[in-house]
Amino acid sequence: MSMRTLTVRIKRYVPERDRSPRWEEFKVEADPHDRVLDVIQKVKWDQDETIGLRRSCAHGVCGSDAMRINGVNRLACKVLIKSLPSDVLTLEPILGLPVIKDLIVDMKPFFDHYKSVLPYLINDDPPPTTERLQSPEERARFDDTTRCILCACCTAACPPFWGDNKYVGPAAIVNAHRFIFDSRDRGAAERLDILNDTEGVWRCRTVFNCTNACPREIKVTQAIQEVKQALLTGEVDTHSVVNIHQET
Amino acid sequence: MNYHRFDCIIVGAGGAGLMAALEASKLAGTAVVSKLYPTRSHTGAAQGGIAAALANLEDDTWENHAYDTIKGGDFLVDQTAAEVLCREAVECIYDLEHMGLPFDRTPDGRISQRRFGGHTKPNPVYDPAAPAGAEASKPRIPVKRACHSADRTGHMILQTLYQQCIKQGVTFFDEFHMLDLIMVEGECRGIVAIEIATSELHVFHAKSVLLATGGFGRMFKVSSNAFALTGDGPAIAYRHGVPLEDMEFYQFHPTGIYRLGILLSEACRGDGGVMFNGEGERFMEKYAPNLKDLASRDVCSRSIYQEVRAGRGVGGKDYVYLDIRAETINKYKTSPTGEPVDSAWVSKRLPDIIDFARTYLGVDPIHEPMPIQPTAHYAMGGLPTDVHGRVLRDESGAFIPGLYSAGESACVSVHGANRLGTNSLVDLVVFGRRTGREMARFALDRPFQSLPPKPEAFVKSEIESVLARPRVEPWVKIRDEMQRTMMDECGVFRTEETLTKARDVLVDLQKRYRSTGVQDKGNVFNTGLLEVLELGCLLDLAQATVASALARKESRGAHSREDFPARDDSQFFRHTFIFKDGEGPGRIGYKDVDVILRQVDGRMEPKYPLEIRKY
Ligand SMILES: Cc1cc2nc3c(=O)[nH]c(=O)nc-3n(C[C@H](O)[C@H](O)[C@H](O)COP(=O)(O)OP(=O)(O)OC[C@H]3O[C@@H](n4cnc5c(N)ncnc54)[C@H](O)[C@@H]3O)c2cc1C
Ligand code: SF4
Ligand code: SF4
Ligand code: FES
Repeated sequence: MSMRTLTVRIKRYVPERDRSPRWEEFKVEADPHDRVLDVIQKVKWDQDETIGLRRSCAHGVCGSDAMRINGVNRLACKVLIKSLPSDVLTLEPILGLPVIKDLIVDMKPFFDHYKSVLPYLINDDPPPTTERLQSPEERARFDDTTRCILCACCTAACPPFWGDNKYVGPAAIVNAHRFIFDSRDRGAAERLDILNDTEGVWRCRTVFNCTNACPREIKVTQAIQEVKQALLTGEVDTHSVVNIHQET
Repeated sequence: MNYHRFDCIIVGAGGAGLMAALEASKLAGTAVVSKLYPTRSHTGAAQGGIAAALANLEDDTWENHAYDTIKGGDFLVDQTAAEVLCREAVECIYDLEHMGLPFDRTPDGRISQRRFGGHTKPNPVYDPAAPAGAEASKPRIPVKRACHSADRTGHMILQTLYQQCIKQGVTFFDEFHMLDLIMVEGECRGIVAIEIATSELHVFHAKSVLLATGGFGRMFKVSSNAFALTGDGPAIAYRHGVPLEDMEFYQFHPTGIYRLGILLSEACRGDGGVMFNGEGERFMEKYAPNLKDLASRDVCSRSIYQEVRAGRGVGGKDYVYLDIRAETINKYKTSPTGEPVDSAWVSKRLPDIIDFARTYLGVDPIHEPMPIQPTAHYAMGGLPTDVHGRVLRDESGAFIPGLYSAGESACVSVHGANRLGTNSLVDLVVFGRRTGREMARFALDRPFQSLPPKPEAFVKSEIESVLARPRVEPWVKIRDEMQRTMMDECGVFRTEETLTKARDVLVDLQKRYRSTGVQDKGNVFNTGLLEVLELGCLLDLAQATVASALARKESRGAHSREDFPARDDSQFFRHTFIFKDGEGPGRIGYKDVDVILRQVDGRMEPKYPLEIRKY
């Protein structure tokens, strides 16, 4: 495949320079196999070093480079140029979190929500001298939600979160789910209490945006539904994988 | 200027830094300073597993693990440290499980374990008289020792440790980038860091400082390492006169995705994958007639390099193919059982690899071979430490009060000349924990020592001068030349000639580096400025690597000198210590390898006698 000439449109905001966000365009030669991240760095290194973005692993495992790519939340390191429908690449920061500079948003509110759901194993029983036992089925029960990399693609795609960023958001619920359904954990009641709050799971209107945005293909909406179900029934089944809403 | 005071400062929030933080904060006031959000650290990219002789699925002992570690490191491993690693690995894994780490499970609910390269145990039916090739002819056989959480063991370790830090209320300074150590009268008394969001400088006054900044694979053109892995900790300490140990030993993993360097696990070849050159030849038959594609990491990487150099890369370029198609596995009868397999079997065995290849190569490995090349992967060398993480002042073994290192930035040395797979993650938790305890104990025993006036002055003037310099040339040109030079001249193969060339190129690059500036003069997330400062660290470490490699006139583990192809225990059974002198590398000293002796028939004999490393 031959090189493509892209028009990269970046929504710029440099607080020391811009009073409000503005669009800037760059032309760049890109290999179809390049990642969007490569293209942004090429522009940054060759044309305008002031472009702000976060990145580290460059292969979709660290969660640094969530951004709106042609209108949808993606990790820039997981989208290849050849998958773009046209030669115009539009880049914006994710929505719902304050912009600090260009593609960089303030992640503090996001991490605060994450921390609010007690995202750690709670079990005060003295541990055995070796491992606590857990069957492969119990382990499978919460496998999907252990894969979260805290990239915020989901939360920043959630309309209720845009409207009110006090809502804990899907990522925090995913991480609560990871512990609520872990057979070794004893903190489910406490977490469910937190999520029963006005800013908890009931803000979710099941729009599925979050599931579509997740670069790890976590069934986010299903996890939220399972938490809602646990609240309604007062029961947490840590043994069998239940499919309340089969997602496609 | 912002001033903070903590008993313990931990720089780095990967596996090593977080493990240390959990320990230290139980005893003393502790803060973690990290240029990345903790969960973005590269520990999260580790896939395969973490080694510990739990013996959950078959007999195993920590002694077996220690033997493998020492042999895998081509005997440049410090043996007491290796025994500490392998003994304490077991309780550390249980600790991680108690913290909530979701290990995969065996049917009876215990932690599941899998096989990994170089991890073995004695063959119970071994018979030296058995015919070659028979099961009984093998003195050692593979053992299931790697504890795992699917193919994201590192992700789960990083998440679990961070979760525990939240639970314990550890203080974090996220997106704070350390730029200097405060060294006074041969002691470490704190650090200077820049707050990335504002470019404000912060002085952290401390009694003990831990450098856990990870690796520095970004000095090479093709690497499995994240952008952030630029060796800041070792480089900054080196500038303060702290030696670096065994820098010439850098591991190249044979199967990185072409150009990108993203890792394709060893499991590809374990399951029958075969490598081909541009002429369609299964070249490993020439280099390793017995094990072929399953030879060790260093052997395979060297073979690929040879092919490319001889012009037999694909299309004459610098890559070869890794082929995991069922038809290929069947043609060469390389499946684990020797029986034929189908595409569905391959898809089930290697789902992540297939996903990476589809995403990043646009290649479907079910139908096509994958372009690969060796990728710079792991630094065996780094800051010399003892088994408590205390950084050594020189080859005498004396240490620097207040300065600690753990994880990939440290050289304990448990990996010697070549690290075994799954042994880094266990190094992080075992030595992270030990170091956290030690630095807190040290801090509790002494008052804060005074700081010099304006400890941030040096950093301030450095930054001002980078910002003031005209952009004579783009700094990325300097970086690209360094990466190309290190890959070509100080990579898998080295000679006096290539190393001398690299040395001269680096001197020139240093000069150019010091005369060019950056375009971005702003204060908010000036990542251009930080990238330039990171490049400065990489350049210093690259020079130390080349100088150490020039001095080691033998081949051992990952250090392969074509002009000195044999291991030379009479001269080089010892660790390299390199010191910085003015602008560049200076004195090189050597420290004997720590050897454990034991009594046999009234005589003292080495517990792990030297042997030629063969698998
Ligand atoms: C793709 C891949 C797969 C791997 N798979 C395995 C495996 O299966 N098993 C195994 O045992 N090993 C594996 N390894 C090796 C292992 O993952 C690493 O060696 C290990 O994770 C390093 O951990 P660390 O804590 O030393 O550093 P890292 O996790 O790299 O963390 C470094 C930290 O230092 C911080 N930092 C750096 N510089 C500064 C600064 N100037 N100021 C402030 N903070 C700073 C960063 O923010 C980061 O938090 C793998 C490595 C790679 C690349
Ligand atoms: S399903 Fe719920 S959490 Fe997800 S985007 Fe929709 S409203 Fe938000
Ligand atoms: S659930 Fe998915 S999209 Fe949301 S933070 Fe986790 S990895 Fe990102
Ligand atoms: S850079 Fe790590 S997820 Fe994209």
